[in-house]
Amino acid sequence: MANAREVKKRIRSVKNIAQVTRALQAVSASRVRKAMERMFHTRPYANKAWNVLTHIANQPGRENLHPLLTTRDEVKSIIVVLVTSDRGLAGPYNTNIMRFALETFGKYEVPARFISVGRKGTELLLRSGQNVMADFSGLPAEPTFADVSAIGRLAVEEYLAGGADEVHLVYTDFVSMIRQDPTRKKLLPLEFRSAEGLVASEYAAGGESKAAYEYEPGEREILDEMVPRFTALQVFQAMLESLASEHAARMVAMRNATENATELAGILQLEYNKVRQQAITNEILDIVGGAEALAQSK
Amino acid sequence: MTIRCEIVSQDRMVYEDDVDIVVLPGEDGEMGVLPHHAPVLSTLRLGVIKVRKGGEEHVFTVTGGLVDIQPDVVTVLADAAENVDEIDIARAEEARQRAQDILEQSKSEGDMDTYLAMEAALRRSTLRLDVANRYRAGRGRVQRGEEPGEPR
Repeated sequence: MANAREVKKRIRSVKNIAQVTRALQAVSASRVRKAMERMFHTRPYANKAWNVLTHIANQPGRENLHPLLTTRDEVKSIIVVLVTSDRGLAGPYNTNIMRFALETFGKYEVPARFISVGRKGTELLLRSGQNVMADFSGLPAEPTFADVSAIGRLAVEEYLAGGADEVHLVYTDFVSMIRQDPTRKKLLPLEFRSAEGLVASEYAAGGESKAAYEYEPGEREILDEMVPRFTALQVFQAMLESLASEHAARMVAMRNATENATELAGILQLEYNKVRQQAITNEILDIVGGAEALAQSK
Repeated sequence: MTIRCEIVSQDRMVYEDDVDIVVLPGEDGEMGVLPHHAPVLSTLRLGVIKVRKGGEEHVFTVTGGLVDIQPDVVTVLADAAENVDEIDIARAEEARQRAQDILEQSKSEGDMDTYLAMEAALRRSTLRLDVANRYRAGRGRVQRGEEPGEPR
């Protein structure tokens, strides 16, 4: 059995760990609240923008309207925008999103290049031998649209220049404090997709719109302006969702760590008591034995 | 027969309801949208959105953006939008004054970027004030003796 001093030392170190994780948990709790607020503020606009993109994509004759709406005959390479976090200690957050991304795109039928947002993602992608074309890490803790619009623009430019035939977005969707789902969205080209989550519309839901849009002013002006901006906006919203997910995941992970540490400290304390009691018993036995021997020798 | 009207600005949902008619400041002039309108995608100018539902009328200022018209739903993606009832007149007046001051200053200094930015800011705050004065008191009736100019 370990001696009392060793057990005492372990108790102290475990209690220290609990203190650190409890502090991290408190920090994450306040961050997640802020991140959620930001996310919920911008969500309606981003969702409606996505609906508008869906409407545009679902109209008949879209193919000839604009290069960003045209599905290419042959898909030779794709770009994947992957959102992870800069920092670890967030439980399974980064592992989940990476596993999802690699399962989906690691052995895709055509070569995939990654635009990585977040240091962890870049590290893990490079370690698994993926092609990383750009790395956006070290973004501010509360990014603004201006901070991240370059990411979307890079994807659109690369697509228009012919460097890729499809652009996908992989991020963590914030469902609730205890549930965050890895998600993928196909950003470009805008093509027909089911109108899931759209306002119940007999015209838009389930089928192609019956009529093509009229555009004011011209279709070229509107689409040139709008499609890249709304695409960048989707990336921005994905970042906000991912940030909220990251902080929520870290908070839960830290709470578990704190609980485990507290429990371990309790077990160690019992052990310490036992060791101490044993030592006292031994001493008493020694004394009693010594007294006995003295009494007999008289 | 109603049409769904949704107005979102970049930071929140401003209005959402089933309404009778929506009047929008479209790129090529005012557009009145009734149910079963043909699909239109248009940019919006600085101006006023009016929404009528039964007997009520709601008025919003909008500083530009985009509208997606479908036969049964109108989605306004505004750069910024505000219900007239939410406009804080004192603050709007203050903002207008500030914009005016900076405008004068940059004009004398020949700072073109600031001038243009402030001109736009001035137009926005003037619009909010005009609209607030016009529609808040007496809901739609113009107050005697202060017919506001076309908000542009």
